[in-house]
Amino acid sequence: MAGTQATYSRKDHERAERLRYLGDIALVILGIVVVWQILHMLAGDVAISSPLATAIRAGELLGSANFWPHAGETAKALVYALVIALLIGIGVGTWLGAHKLSGAVAEPILVALYSLPKITLYPLILLIFGLGIEAKIAFGAIHGVIPVTIFTMNAVKNINRVFLRSARVMKLTTMQTVTRILLPATLPEIVSGLRVGFSLTLLGVVIGELFSSHRGMGFLVMRAIGLHDVSTMMAVTLILAVAAVAISSILLYIDNRLHRRT
Amino acid sequence: MNRLTLIRTVVIVAFFGLLEILCRTGIISPFTMIPPSEMAVELWLLIASGEVARGMRQTLGNVAVACFFAITVGFAVGAGVHAVPRLRRALDPFLTTYYAVPFFVFYPLLVFIFGMNNFPMIMIGFLFAVVAMIINTLNGLDKIPRVYRKVARMHHMGRTKTALLIELPYAIPNLFTGVKLAVAYSFIGVIAAEFILAPGGLGYAISFAYDNFDNNTMYALMLFILVLVTIINMSLHAYERRLLRRQGR
Repeated sequence: MAGTQATYSRKDHERAERLRYLGDIALVILGIVVVWQILHMLAGDVAISSPLATAIRAGELLGSANFWPHAGETAKALVYALVIALLIGIGVGTWLGAHKLSGAVAEPILVALYSLPKITLYPLILLIFGLGIEAKIAFGAIHGVIPVTIFTMNAVKNINRVFLRSARVMKLTTMQTVTRILLPATLPEIVSGLRVGFSLTLLGVVIGELFSSHRGMGFLVMRAIGLHDVSTMMAVTLILAVAAVAISSILLYIDNRLHRRT
Repeated sequence: MNRLTLIRTVVIVAFFGLLEILCRTGIISPFTMIPPSEMAVELWLLIASGEVARGMRQTLGNVAVACFFAITVGFAVGAGVHAVPRLRRALDPFLTTYYAVPFFVFYPLLVFIFGMNNFPMIMIGFLFAVVAMIINTLNGLDKIPRVYRKVARMHHMGRTKTALLIELPYAIPNLFTGVKLAVAYSFIGVIAAEFILAPGGLGYAISFAYDNFDNNTMYALMLFILVLVTIINMSLHAYERRLLRRQGR
C-alpha cells in the first residue's frame, strides 16, 4: 500500500474532477425535478402532473402506435426545414462572406431579420403553402436560415488569406478550392451555425404546429389542452424537450471538438 | 449618408418595389398578399381609427414587464452564478442548450394554470428572454481582465467598491448585449404567445384577422409590428455598437 500515494497521478486527479462535474450536473437535474415536484404539490393534479406521472405517461406514449406518426411528422418537417436552411444559408453566407461589399450591405439587414418576431409572417406562409407540412417546413426554414447565413458569412470572411493564396499557387480548380480549402476551414463555424439553426428551426416547426395544424407534436399538445389532459400535454412537452436537449448536446460536443482541432 | 447605407436603402426599396409590381400585376394573387402600398394605406386607416393603439398598449405593456423582470432577474442570477464557479460549470451545459427547447410548448400549459390573461404571456416573454441576459452577464463578468481586479486589491477596495467601480463599468457593453437580446426575445415571446392563444394584443389581432380572411387588416398589422420592432431593435443595436467602440473593442 506504500505506493498508493505516489501513483496518485494527474490523470487520477482529472478523473476525480470529471466525476465531480458529472455529479454536479446530476444534482442540477435533481434540483429541477424537485422544483417540479413542489410545483405539482402546490398546484395539484389539475394543473401540473407530477414528474413520476409525467414520465409514466411519456413511457406509455412512446410505446403507443398513435404517437409515432405525430413524432415522425415533426421530425420530417424539422429535417426538411434544416436541409433547406443549410443549403440556402451556406450558399448565401459564402457569397456574402466572399464579396465584401455585399456582406457589408447585408449584415445589418440580417441582424434585423434575426431579431424579428417571425411569427407575424406565419399567416403569409400559410396563405402561400396551405395548411399542410409545407407551411411548417417553410416556417422552420426561415427561422433556421438566418443564423446559418450569419455564421457562414463570418467564417468565410475571416478565413486565413494565406490558405486561398496557397490554393492559387497550387493551381487548384474552383471546385477543389471549395472542397479542399474553403469547406474544411469554415466547417467549425458552420457547425456552430447549424447548432443555433437547429434550435430555431425546431422552434419554428413547433410554433407552426401549435397554430392551425392537424399533425405533429405541437398539435398533440394543443389537442391535449382541448381535452384538459394535463399529463399527456406535459408528457409530450417533456419528450420534445428531452429530444431537443439531447440533439443540441450532441451538436455542442461536435462543435467543441471541431473548434479545439483548429 | 455613406455609400453603404445608400446601397442598403436601395436594396430595401427595390425589394418592396418588386413586391409591389408582383402584386399589382397579379403574379402574386390578392388573396395571398396585398401590395405594400395598400398595406401602408390600410395601416394609416387603422391607426387613425385608434384600433392599433389599443392592441399596441397591451402588447407593449406585456413586453415591458417581461423585459424588466428578464433583465433584473437575469442580471442577478448571472452575477450570483458567476460568484460560484462550481455551480456555474454545472449549469453551463443547461444554459447553452436552453434555447433548443421550443419554449412555446409550455405556453398552453401556462394558460391552463393561470387562465387566459396577461400573466402567461409575460411569463413566456420572460422565460424566453431571461437566459439571454444570464448568458451575457456571465460573458461580461468573464471578460474582465485579471489585472483590473488586482488593481482593485492594490487600492484596498472592498467587494462593493470593486463591483461598482471596476467590474460593472467594464461589463457594461456585454450587459447591454444582454438587454438588447432580452428586448428582442420578449417581443418574440409575447407576440408569438398572443398569436397562439390570447385575450388581445397585436399578435392576437393578426391571428384574428387571419381567421376572418381579413387580409387588409392582417397585412397592415404585420407591417406595423415588423416596422416597430425593427426600429426598436436597430436603435438598441446602434447604441451597443457605440458602447463597444467607446471601450475600443
